Amino acid sequence: MRKISASQLVTRIRDACIQACTVLPADVLTALENALAKEESPTGRDVLQQLIENARIAREEGIPICQDTGLTVVFVEMGEDVRVFGGNLLDAVNEGVRLGYSEGYLRKSVVSHPLARTNTGDNTPAVVHCFLVPGDKITVTVLPKGAGSENMSCLKMLTPSDGADGVARFVVDAVIKAGSNPCPPIIVGVGLGGTMEMAAMLAKKALLREVGKPSANPTDAALERRLLEAVNATGIGPAGLGGRVTALAVHVESFACHIASLPVAVTLQCHAARHASFTL
Amino acid sequence: MSEAKRVCAPVSESDLCGLVAGDRVLLSGVIYTARDAAHARLVELIRQGKKLPFELDGQVLYYAGPTPAPPGRVIGSVGPTTASRMDPYTPEILKAGIKGMIGKGERSPEVVDAIAKYRAVYFAATGGAGALLAKRVLSCQIVAFEDLGCEAIHKLEVADFPLIVINDCFGNDFYRQIRSKYEMDLP
Repeated sequence: MRKISASQLVTRIRDACIQACTVLPADVLTALENALAKEESPTGRDVLQQLIENARIAREEGIPICQDTGLTVVFVEMGEDVRVFGGNLLDAVNEGVRLGYSEGYLRKSVVSHPLARTNTGDNTPAVVHCFLVPGDKITVTVLPKGAGSENMSCLKMLTPSDGADGVARFVVDAVIKAGSNPCPPIIVGVGLGGTMEMAAMLAKKALLREVGKPSANPTDAALERRLLEAVNATGIGPAGLGGRVTALAVHVESFACHIASLPVAVTLQCHAARHASFTL
Repeated sequence: MSEAKRVCAPVSESDLCGLVAGDRVLLSGVIYTARDAAHARLVELIRQGKKLPFELDGQVLYYAGPTPAPPGRVIGSVGPTTASRMDPYTPEILKAGIKGMIGKGERSPEVVDAIAKYRAVYFAATGGAGALLAKRVLSCQIVAFEDLGCEAIHKLEVADFPLIVINDCFGNDFYRQIRSKYEMDLP
């Protein structure tokens, strides 16, 4: 059984938090540049130029792309032939987040209870999703999720007769209701199938895909094209100030589901589509 | 696009009357950050008739919670947060004297009416451009509710802060106006 020290994990998670919050991934930056080439609206173009310039300033000066450095969502793919020593996995993740958010001058945006609402002061606890996978490696992805876009997420248990048209109506409706709030141009994560919690998880996982890379499943890829066209026909545009580019991409992830079910979850990701990964 | 209008904060009645939905504005002067928790406290103080941490008359609130300033910097990243979360408090805040608000996203019909009634203005700054906007902040000082961390009220001195007028004192709404222009029918 391979062993990885908890302290090594802590350091790498700290670094991933800081990197994710200050360096916009190359695929997102390229998507913004492509959007600028396509956008007809003068205000929309102005917003896209501001966002590209903002990413440059953040990267060069090492400050956060956005002041909402999020609730930290951490995906862990844990090999079945590897274990953590010198501490446990969950504590290591939270310690890495604690260090990253204090040493990286990131915002502490977490309250300890949804109703009592006292700030925890260090952005912990993180939301941790752990998956067992074959092999002896640990892969960690840090996704700081801002609330402006997360608050616009929604889920509905459709029924089989709703079909692709029902899914499209629900997704486009979610984008229209969200309007300018989730900081468009957005990336739309759609989770289709499974159960309620599975659909939500698929939607979140869809955000981790390279921006605009089509699904390998032809049915999902066709749905992605249809949804992107429909979302960009809303006219919401960059920052909601009108335009052709409301979404940079729609990503659909699907799973088998019950003969009576058609769960659909939508999670909206702002243009600051931040994430950082490493494998040990 | 038309040239940006230069406006000073706190804002004067005559400046306000000259602003129309869709105008680009460069705002200079003093503004105060306030988000959810600070709004709850401000409204509580107003209702109890207690002394407020700063004079509200003519002032501009910025719905924002900055990241901490790294050494040698005035402020961290400081973009706008979603304004609609402040809607339940806004009519009372406007009645108490606030004249301008900076945030992002649509306001409720009640707030749009209150903006016209109390002759105020709601501006949008670009959401997610916090690093760029921080460049326009000259100074930052916590003036109230320090225990709230990033949600404390920060007094900011800004120069040429880039904004767009969403809701003016005539009842116009730029988000609604502009969207219809780019909306397309799908086959």
